[in-house]
Amino acid sequence: MIFSSLFETAWHALATHRMRSFLTMLGMVIGVAAVILMMAIGQGAQAMVRDAIKSMGSNLFIIMSGASTSGGARVASGSAPTLTFDDADAIRDLKDVLTAAPVSPGNAQLIYNGVNWSTSVFGTTPDYVVVRDWPMESGGFFSEADVRSGARVAVIGQVVARELFGDEDPIGKIIRIKQAPFEVIGVLAAKGQSLDGRDQDDTVMVPISSAQQKVFSNSLRNRARFIMAQAVSEESMNVAEATINDTLRSRHRIGSGQEDDFSVRNLTAIAETAAATTRIMSILLGTIAAISLVVGGIGIMNIMLVSVTERTREIGIRMAIGARRRDVLWQFLIEALTLSLIGCGIGLALGVGGAWLVGSLVPELPVVVTPASVLLAVGVSFLIGVFFGFYPARRAAGLDPIEALRSQ
Amino acid sequence: MTASLIEVVNIEKDYSTGAGVFQALRGVSLNIAEGEFVAIMGASGSGKSTFMNLLGCLDRPTRGSYHLNGQDVSRLSSDQLAALRNREIGFVFQGFNLLPKLTALDNVALPLLYAGMAREARRKQAQAMLARVGLGERSHHTPLQLSGGQQQRVAIARALATRPRIIFADEPTGNLDSETSRQVMDFFSQLNREEGITLVLVTHEADIAAYARRRIRFQDGRVVEDVAAAALAA
Repeated sequence: MIFSSLFETAWHALATHRMRSFLTMLGMVIGVAAVILMMAIGQGAQAMVRDAIKSMGSNLFIIMSGASTSGGARVASGSAPTLTFDDADAIRDLKDVLTAAPVSPGNAQLIYNGVNWSTSVFGTTPDYVVVRDWPMESGGFFSEADVRSGARVAVIGQVVARELFGDEDPIGKIIRIKQAPFEVIGVLAAKGQSLDGRDQDDTVMVPISSAQQKVFSNSLRNRARFIMAQAVSEESMNVAEATINDTLRSRHRIGSGQEDDFSVRNLTAIAETAAATTRIMSILLGTIAAISLVVGGIGIMNIMLVSVTERTREIGIRMAIGARRRDVLWQFLIEALTLSLIGCGIGLALGVGGAWLVGSLVPELPVVVTPASVLLAVGVSFLIGVFFGFYPARRAAGLDPIEALRSQ
Repeated sequence: MTASLIEVVNIEKDYSTGAGVFQALRGVSLNIAEGEFVAIMGASGSGKSTFMNLLGCLDRPTRGSYHLNGQDVSRLSSDQLAALRNREIGFVFQGFNLLPKLTALDNVALPLLYAGMAREARRKQAQAMLARVGLGERSHHTPLQLSGGQQQRVAIARALATRPRIIFADEPTGNLDSETSRQVMDFFSQLNREEGITLVLVTHEADIAAYARRRIRFQDGRVVEDVAAAALAA
C-alpha cells in the first residue's frame, strides 16, 4: 500500500468525523500549548534570575547589623545599627576580602525644579559601586574625600534621572533631598531588577557621612545598617566569611558563647538558591505540562479504540478485498499519528501565541520559545501518536475477517 | 474444461463452542474448473457458508487440503491469504458491504489500493469497471445515494477491479427485488460466458441457482448432491 494513500485514507476518516476528531485533538492541543508556554515561562524566569544575579555582583557578602536570629524580645535584624565605619575598614583590610562598603539606606523625597520623586537613598562609600560592579553612565562617582568632608554630592540611578530630569542633562544640577541641596555629579548605568524584584535603578547614592548629617538626621553617626563586602575569589568565600566573623566578634568584644550582634550572609549562595528554585519551578511546570500531553495521548487511544470497534465491519470489508494486517495496522496508526500531529500543530500555534501574550502582559519576564521546546513538543507528540495509536491499531489488525464482516 | 482451479480434498472445519467442538464441515472433496458457474445450496447451518469462507481464503481448514490454482492455501500466512484474495478473488455479499463514506469510485478503487496501484491508475481502472456495470455516470455518488441494485453493481465492479479469476457471491440477490435480481444474475451469466470468470454462488433460492451450470447441495457439513446443469435440465 502506498504511503501517500495512507494519509489520504486517514484524512478522509478524520474528516468524516470532524467533531470527534477535533475533540480528540483538543487534548493534544492543550498539552502541546501547555508544554510550549510553560517552558517559555520557565526559561524566562530563569533568564530573569540569571540577569538579576549578574547585576548583583559576584562573591558578595552582606553583613547586617543585629543578630539574624533574634530570640525573645530582641529587636529584628538591622534595626539597631551595631556596625561602624571602622568595622567596614577592618573588613576591607582582610586578606581574603577585595573591598567592603558601609551602607546606610533609607527613603527620601527628591525635588528638582518643582518635580518630586520618592526614592531609596543609599549613604555609602566609593567602594560600593566597586563591590556591586556598577559602572557609570555619565559623570563620576563621589570620592573618599567627599565622604570624609561630608560633601553634598549625589549620584543618581536611571529611573531617578528619567523622572526628575527627563531629557535634561542632570550633571551639575542641584536637587533637594529632604530639603538639603545636593549637586548631581554622576548617573549610574542601568542595572535592572534585583533578585527580590526591586528596581535597582530607582535610587540615589550620596556619601554616607552626608546622608547621616543631612538626610537621616536621627541616625547614629559613624554607624552603618549593613556592609557589603566582596571576597577576592569564589574559592575564598568560606575563609572570608569566617575571618569576617572572627574580626567582628573580636572588634565587638563578643565572648565565646555570646550571641553575635551582626550577621554575615553569603549573597552569592542565596542567589544560587534562587537560581536552583527557579530551575526546579521550571522543571515542575514542564512536568505538569508533559503530564497533560500524556493525558491527551490517552484521549487519542480512547477514541481510536472506539473507532476500531465502530468500524469493525469496515475493517472486515477491507480485509476481504485484500488488506493485509499491516495495511490495517498502518491505517489506524497513521490516523492516530495524524490526529496527534495536527493537534500538535494547533497547540504549537496556541503556545507561541500564549507566550507572546504573556510576554507583552508581563514585560519584565523575558518569555522565550526556544527551538528546543518546539522540537521537544513535536517529537513527544509523534511518540505519543505512535505509542497510543499502536494498541488500537494492533487490535484492528488482529481482527478475524469473517467475524469482522459479520459485525453490524 | 481445463485443469481444476479449485481442488478441495477431504476438508474439515471445527469450531469450538461453549458446548464442545462443532463440526461445520465433515470431509468435503470437490474440484471446480476454471470458467465454471457453480451454485452452492443448502439450509442454514448446512456448512455452505463455512465452505465459502474457506474457498474465499478468509479462513483455513482444520484438516484436509485446499489448492487454489495449484497453490496450497492451508499453508499460507494471513498476509499471503490477503494478497491472494486481492489478486485472485472477488467477493459480492448479500448486504453489498460498501464503505458508506466513500464514493462509488473510491469503493471500487479500494482493492487496487491494496494491490499497490498508483492513485491515478486506480481511479482510471475503477472508472472503467463502473462503466462496465453501467454506472459510469454515478461514480461520485455515495452508496446511500444509490438504489439497492445500483449498490450491488458497485460491489460487483469492486469485485472485478483487480481482474480476479473467481468471484464468490454470497446470496447476492438476497436484498434485491426480483427484477433487479434478474438483472444482476444476467450480468453474472454474461461475465461467466464472455470473460470466462469462474463464479461460485451461494443461494437458497432455486430460481437463482438455476442460472448456474452446476449445483452443489450441502447438508450437515457434507456434500449431498453435485449435479451438472445438463442433468438438471433433463
